[in-house]
Amino acid sequence: MWLSRLLAGMVRVLVGAQPRWIGCRPSPALRIYYANHTSHFDALALWSALPNKLRASTRPVAAKDYWSTGIRAYIATNGFNALFIDRHADRSAGDPLAPLGEALQRGQSLIIFPEGTRHAQALPSPFKSGLFHLSTRFPDAELVPVYLDNLYRSMPKGTFLPVPLTCSVRFGKPLERRADEAKGDFLERARAAIVELA
Amino acid sequence: MNIPDKFYWLMGGIATLLVVASLIGWILAKRASRRGGSATIDNLNARTRAWWVMVAVLAACFLLGPTATLLLFAIASVFALREFVTLTPTRPGDHLSLVVCFYIMLPVQYWLIYDHWYGLFAVFLPVYGFLSLPVLMAMSGDTEGFLERVTKIQWGVLITVYCISYVPAILLLDVHGDANQKLLLIIYLLLVVQISDVLQYVFGKLFGKRAIAPRVSPSKTVEGFVGGGLSAIAIGTALWRITPFTPLQACAMSTVIVVTGFLGGLSLSAAKRGLCAKDWGSMIEGHGGMLDRFDSVSFAAPVFFHLCRYYFF
Repeated sequence: MWLSRLLAGMVRVLVGAQPRWIGCRPSPALRIYYANHTSHFDALALWSALPNKLRASTRPVAAKDYWSTGIRAYIATNGFNALFIDRHADRSAGDPLAPLGEALQRGQSLIIFPEGTRHAQALPSPFKSGLFHLSTRFPDAELVPVYLDNLYRSMPKGTFLPVPLTCSVRFGKPLERRADEAKGDFLERARAAIVELA
Repeated sequence: MNIPDKFYWLMGGIATLLVVASLIGWILAKRASRRGGSATIDNLNARTRAWWVMVAVLAACFLLGPTATLLLFAIASVFALREFVTLTPTRPGDHLSLVVCFYIMLPVQYWLIYDHWYGLFAVFLPVYGFLSLPVLMAMSGDTEGFLERVTKIQWGVLITVYCISYVPAILLLDVHGDANQKLLLIIYLLLVVQISDVLQYVFGKLFGKRAIAPRVSPSKTVEGFVGGGLSAIAIGTALWRITPFTPLQACAMSTVIVVTGFLGGLSLSAAKRGLCAKDWGSMIEGHGGMLDRFDSVSFAAPVFFHLCRYYFF
């Protein structure tokens, strides 16, 4: 626990990570926070912006290839309790979203980045389909759009030292579910909810 | 009167002033709440509360000594630079130069004060810092808007690191007698700048009619500047006992501080306007950001420092 507190504190000092609850309030309800992805700091920043109590039950989904070696692995596992996802897994090895489903079933909220990879730009790129599958499998989980501001300037792709800018984390209104919505429409609507916060 | 006594008298005076301000704010808020409240009065009270905190932090650092004071201003610089860069558009190609600004230039500048290396303190950023920034940015290979990008970062470093570091640089002055006199001189500078800002705001709110530069800042008025500025000069002159100056010299020094402080506030308001922002940040309730409190200081400090250095010590 001390490592988590220290980590969250350091992130807040370093990149600000100021929470702005624009469309919803902090709540222990089952949630899937989905955000634009611009730097390695994103998961950590969003997680640090949550209140202490919620942090314990919210797991950032992190790329296995980046976060599961050496000191990073220690921080990811003991610090922010990351859930690893293998981005390069081949489909025959089973459902890559399975660990996410298990966590949600245990009542743990998730932080995910539906773009799949980082883009150094202000607005998110089109989403991959993972968010859609999670949404249909867990209709009770609230889908909270989150916009991470300035992190792409603080730590652009390929750099390892963050510039201590003030980055804000804006939480939007949970995405409403529409019956029988096509995958493409849903993903575009989800993306638009983040763009609206930008 | 010895230096510690002067310090306690001064702090007592400031505390009394804040008690009066808090009382007035409390009465005004009570009267306003009957008419549904007033945003101006809420802001006034938020500002007063923030003043209590800022004065307490400053007093604590002075009691802890020169190193703590130096650290305090280094931290203020970090926050000010951070606010500046956050509002200024940068590109991925600027990353390396920004990293160098935050992690090398800023600490070195304050270390030079700690080390009492005046010669390098004065030229480190304007010569070596400013020459290395374009080099670092050229190495990134991004030439889009090159000159503008270099200039923005140089200007940010100039105001938030170089100029603000002139406040604790007063510790470098060779004041005869008690070394604590230098800490008192820092308080004197900050007090005159800030009281001038506050009084210009108050006079402007009460009597302000003609804006000095309406497009830059509608709240800076001729009446506010003249009324607030003259009152601040009067206070700065009355405080001559805590300085090494004669009353006449204290009057001249306060005048310089008030005028340069005003010009600093004006220039940085224009910079803010150009970036389409109202405040530099939101860390100090009611005031905005760190740079909103340090805008006048950043212009007044270097001038005050050099006047002190050439004419008095």
